[in-house]
Amino acid sequence: MNSKHSFIAILLLVVTAFLGCTKAQVEPEIDSNRKGTIVLNFDNIAGTRDLKFGENYTNAAGEQFSLDMFQYYISNIKLKTEDGREYIVPQDESYFLVKEQDVKSQLITLNNVPEGNYNSITFTIGVDSLRNTMDVSKRIGVLDVGNAEMGKGMYWSWNSGYIFVKAEGISPQVAPGPDGQRKFRYHIGGFGGYSSRTINNIKTKTLDLGRDRAKVRQGKAPEVHIVVDVLKMFSGTTAISLATYPTVMFSPFSVNVANNYVNMFEYHHVHNENESK
Amino acid sequence: MSNLYISMLMKACILIFTLLLFAFLSCQNQHVEPAVQFYVPKNFPKPVYDLSKNPVTTAGFELGKALFYDGILSRDGSISCGSCHQQQSAFTQHGHDLSHGIDDLLTLRNSLPIQNLAWQQEFFWDGGVFDLDLFAISPIEAHNEMDETLPNVLNKLRNHARYPGMFEKAFGTKEITTERFLKALAQFQLMCISANSKYDKYIRNEGVTLSQEELAGMQIFKQKCATCHAGELFSDFSYRNNGLPIGNPEDTGRERITLSEQDKYKFRVPSLRNVEATRPYMHDGRLRSLEAVLDHYEKGIVQSPTLDSQLRNGIPLSADEKQKIIAFLKTLTDEEFMSNKLLSEF
Repeated sequence: MNSKHSFIAILLLVVTAFLGCTKAQVEPEIDSNRKGTIVLNFDNIAGTRDLKFGENYTNAAGEQFSLDMFQYYISNIKLKTEDGREYIVPQDESYFLVKEQDVKSQLITLNNVPEGNYNSITFTIGVDSLRNTMDVSKRIGVLDVGNAEMGKGMYWSWNSGYIFVKAEGISPQVAPGPDGQRKFRYHIGGFGGYSSRTINNIKTKTLDLGRDRAKVRQGKAPEVHIVVDVLKMFSGTTAISLATYPTVMFSPFSVNVANNYVNMFEYHHVHNENESK
Repeated sequence: MSNLYISMLMKACILIFTLLLFAFLSCQNQHVEPAVQFYVPKNFPKPVYDLSKNPVTTAGFELGKALFYDGILSRDGSISCGSCHQQQSAFTQHGHDLSHGIDDLLTLRNSLPIQNLAWQQEFFWDGGVFDLDLFAISPIEAHNEMDETLPNVLNKLRNHARYPGMFEKAFGTKEITTERFLKALAQFQLMCISANSKYDKYIRNEGVTLSQEELAGMQIFKQKCATCHAGELFSDFSYRNNGLPIGNPEDTGRERITLSEQDKYKFRVPSLRNVEATRPYMHDGRLRSLEAVLDHYEKGIVQSPTLDSQLRNGIPLSADEKQKIIAFLKTLTDEEFMSNKLLSEF
């Protein structure tokens, strides 16, 4: 390389660096007018193990069980930045059904999120009371009772209302039913009643990211990992025995299950390097 | 201009004229069905159903009617809505205490009439469904009624020769959605208006008179029954325990919906329109005649913590009073409704 060429190369580097600097000065790192994406990854676990249908786990009551159904509604998502700015996902786009057997459903992708360093995520476990009473035209996507994708049986047709969390499985400790199966069935819902007050199992959960930040930037799609520990459905405020309560549906006891499961959601970690698709 | 050209022009004119005449005559001959239109009878209150969200149209009604009478809504094609809701008994299942569904399985209760549903906010004996549009999902999915799933029903309709075209006529495109399906069914049910009984014509001064006995019965009814069977719909649509001995202890009525101890064994006060045609009576169809119903209120009341306070001492009724009340109740029979071709299957 001769000196002329190396001079040009150095000049180019300097100019590039300078331009890069000016660019940084003109455009702030965070501009809430620019939009990015955030992905919430709901990772179902059982204690310290990954949740898998058919595998055996032990609950706090010492009972063995396996699951063959586990799904829940996540709705009304709100995000908050470290400087207190709040982003509320538009109502009509804020309903998701997370199903254990459907990996895609476990990734909730939120687009059009203003840039920011987010450190708090709030959501409803279930479906709010207003949506539970809305005209059928407003019940679309995962709320559409006629949509096979909705996941069979997340709606009580005889007692109009969505089932919020559904877990079913087998436990050797449960007495056999008429079909000889030792099934347990937990269908938890209840939005408070239409004309008369009744149980309200709508739960709101806020996850604090601690010192972590989900850095939403244009072109970036940070992924927030949330672990959901099914064992906590049966422990916490009330220790629940599957043998004693093999079936919990629309009943006063279901309140205890909901008070337990609100604590099964926990923030785990965030990936900030992901590009948005 | 050549003669040939003129003659051709004339021929064309004659042809066009003939065609026009033909078109006009065929129009004249065509039997024009009157458009289906929802209406509020003069003696009725304002409907509670929001018709602006689902305006009744002729095509929507016709679709709803086809669906109502089609077994395609059930798992094996054997049960339609019309199976348990028969027009000639004011859309109830005549002669059954508990209604029968698929595989001849018994249901929990006696099917309620489909009539004047636009004036009703809650459905079923326990009021578990609060929107007419959402009602049909329950019988479709109940294992002892139609035992089918809604997604399956919609798929069967999508692959049907006739239905996509009917949805297009009713809603503009062939798309079959939950909303369209449910709203079409609602349109048919909304049109099941019963307001042409002898009583209605009397109360609207349409040249009909009630007999002395019927008038006397009406007076006694107003005194002794109308607290609950109130207004022109003959129900206040509240939930009450009317003192029946507990039948099926599992069926706790309204308590199943509210989970409140105070609602145990309470059931909805039913309308008494067409009561003569909707035997048997009560939520489980245990009483076979109007006489038996009045006997119950006179001397059959069973005391219990949730018994309606109005019924603590029963309702004192003489044999003569009962006879007169029954004479009045029969004036609520609407033969026009139960034989209205617009609503019938064939």
